[in-house]
Amino acid sequence: MKAFAALLDRLVYTPSRNAKLRLLADYFRRTPDPDRGWALAALTGSLDFPNAKAGAIRELAREQTDEVLFALSYDYVGDLAETTALLWQTQGDAEAPGLADVVETLRQAGRTEVRGLVSGWLDGLDATGRWALLKLITGGLRIGVSARLARVALGQAFDTAVEEIEEIWHAVDPPYGALFAWLAGDGDKPDVAGRPTFRPFMLAHPLEERTDLDPADWLVEWKWDGIRVQLAARGGERRLYSRTGDDISAAFPDVLAAMDFDGVLDGELLVRDTADPASADPAAFNALQQRLNRKTVSKKMLAGHPAYVVAYDILFDGAADLRGLPLEQRRRRLEAFVAGHGHPDIELSALLDAPDWESVAALQAEARRLGREGLMLKRRDSRYEPGRKTGLWFKWKRDPLTADAVLMYAQRGHGKRSSFYSDYTFGVWRGGELVPVGKAYFGFTDAELAQLDKWVRNHTVNRFGPVREVEKRLVFEVAFDSIHASSRHKSGLAMRFPRIGRIRWDKPAEEADRIEALEAML
Amino acid sequence: MAGLRPEDWLKATERGLWCAPADLYIDPVRAVERAVVTHGHADHARPGNGRVLATPETLAIMRARYGDAAARQAQPLAYGETLDLGAVTVRLVPAGHVLGSAQVVLEHAGQRIVVSGDYKRRRDPTCPAFEPVACDVFVTEATFALPVFRHPDDAGEIASLLASVALFPERAHLVGAYGLGKAQRTIRLIREAGWDRPLYLHGALQALCDLYEAHGIDLGPLEPAAGRDRAAFAGEIVLAPPGSLSDRWSRRLPDPVTAMASGWMRVRQRAKQRGVELPLIISDHADWDELTATLQEVGAPEVWVTHGREEALVHWAAGRGIRARALSLIGREDEDD
Repeated sequence: MKAFAALLDRLVYTPSRNAKLRLLADYFRRTPDPDRGWALAALTGSLDFPNAKAGAIRELAREQTDEVLFALSYDYVGDLAETTALLWQTQGDAEAPGLADVVETLRQAGRTEVRGLVSGWLDGLDATGRWALLKLITGGLRIGVSARLARVALGQAFDTAVEEIEEIWHAVDPPYGALFAWLAGDGDKPDVAGRPTFRPFMLAHPLEERTDLDPADWLVEWKWDGIRVQLAARGGERRLYSRTGDDISAAFPDVLAAMDFDGVLDGELLVRDTADPASADPAAFNALQQRLNRKTVSKKMLAGHPAYVVAYDILFDGAADLRGLPLEQRRRRLEAFVAGHGHPDIELSALLDAPDWESVAALQAEARRLGREGLMLKRRDSRYEPGRKTGLWFKWKRDPLTADAVLMYAQRGHGKRSSFYSDYTFGVWRGGELVPVGKAYFGFTDAELAQLDKWVRNHTVNRFGPVREVEKRLVFEVAFDSIHASSRHKSGLAMRFPRIGRIRWDKPAEEADRIEALEAML
Repeated sequence: MAGLRPEDWLKATERGLWCAPADLYIDPVRAVERAVVTHGHADHARPGNGRVLATPETLAIMRARYGDAAARQAQPLAYGETLDLGAVTVRLVPAGHVLGSAQVVLEHAGQRIVVSGDYKRRRDPTCPAFEPVACDVFVTEATFALPVFRHPDDAGEIASLLASVALFPERAHLVGAYGLGKAQRTIRLIREAGWDRPLYLHGALQALCDLYEAHGIDLGPLEPAAGRDRAAFAGEIVLAPPGSLSDRWSRRLPDPVTAMASGWMRVRQRAKQRGVELPLIISDHADWDELTATLQEVGAPEVWVTHGREEALVHWAAGRGIRARALSLIGREDEDD
């Protein structure tokens, strides 16, 4: 438990992705089985202790001290698990529990046993160990590590491509003894044949205008404005995976119901426009967002925002691995597969007619009006290869929207940028006042960052911890993919993918955009 | 003198605690004619006073910081020596906070009041340990007076620093440490852990490190951080005042791991607010257990609680039959400890 606690403690404070990877890889290499396997399960959200509830922790915490001291402490610290960990008065010399002990015991523990178990373990741990234990058992570590990052670190730890790990990930179970044995060279690669495991996606490079491409070599299709998914059905099991390889099946029973086949497809998850049932087009991305990041889904949600898939590609037809075939051949297999399967909620992504570069550019120019995210250009002879391979697939996104906004607040960055004011909140005019409409921390060069940092320091009017309010006089041309209504922001607007397009040192703040101009882009 | 109450001869005033029969201010916040200074931190030792009574070490620190403004007339009083000021006897006793830090023991009309100044109870290789003195009134600090503050063993904190240096050999480790006391204690602890390479210092730390060395505290090889190649800092440990951690000064270091040695690092939110990547919980103030143990040890029936989280300690004391009250003194801040 001590090593796991030290790892979590370090991760919480580490902003840099590379440093997180180092810490994780170091832990996976040094820690014996099955502790490292349980740690991996905790980090990837694969652990659940149904009988351990936050309420029990609260009760334990209150017994540690009187109510006044508890209230003052909780008020000061602001987090229940942390307050409890710090307040805990150790009774006797209990031995520190191992991570595997904790997990294996707690998984089998009945509701009435949990309290006594946790209390005994807390006695054997120091403050960091207690904090980690409480985070572990109440779920949701919230330490800025995604399941995907944990798998990347695992690959780094054992010099193995993350794609290889992802291929077998959904066929192995905590504490992952077989996985670690294979990674350490002491066992065979776990066999995933016959299981609906995740297969790493093939990804595209962004395309700036490239008229040197010969359209004859390429298949052109829409880049739909949803989320990329993989539909895997094998041996009677069905799974829906996100781009990061997370299993999102539980949130999309409607899609799962449509997967009455045996194979693996690559496609775009979209939501039907229930406001306009006659339309063949999906609802805007905002509607899909209602369905994302949910563990379960209500009937009302299913009816109001029904999901479907537009299929781009086929990876497996039954047990046959088609990834080595050229795209043109896969495309024919896909057309036959979708036609033969015949479910209305799995559509085929249409190929667009673009015989020359002008017609490609004309389609790209139409993307925004049609609600598409842009175009995909894929080489006809490309095999399906994991990751982003140069020269095979390109995405040409619709042109961004832009607005001129005024810098209002600047915040210090993290890690390498901790001495720079690098996160900018900007606003537009509503009447005579500025209202914040977004925040961006990239889109500028290092040299521009140094200039901006200096400007912020010289034009500060107020400080709030790491945040500075500045004089309202510097204009940014902000580029963003789209804008949506949002009740979470004072302006009522939220930008998607905002970035600093240009710094308008020349432009007077009064000439920045008004809120009405942004509302018109909704 | 029947009926004399302690608050009749030691009073909280705008200038600080004032011992009326000796016309003596303790750690005054504004210039006065006669002061006693518990220790050299800037919120306790201020320049411009007339006659200043303090340990020789504290006077040396004040001279290093303020030059001639340290005092018109410095009056050294070594630990354990007594001085009569009219009807009041003054004695200084080690407080274990930083080099030269003292509790002020005041005796008058058969009553004894001890003003702790800032103190801690655990071992510090850079100053003598706190000595409890039985008294009628104990005036205590309360910087970390919440039961969530239980400082861990400092050797463990240094071990985590050295483990991080081993894990990230291409990065510098930048340790923020208050310039008086914390920096030197942290350096000593790093030495005790076996690190004998040079440590690199922000310019602001140099003078006080020299002063500690002149008082016989061996800090090992120290080098200025200024004027050195960025690449030369890879795998090295650099110390700087907390204010310089995320300031432009730190840009000279290669992707530094920012550490900070402070009792506040116990609370995650506080550490994160400071942008600290490696919190080191090393404090020169008593934690909750030390505070409550000290109150029981000195056995004072009455306790006055100054700067910090007075409410919690007053509540605790009241529950144990100790008359306790908060003494609001202005001019004390949460220093970077």
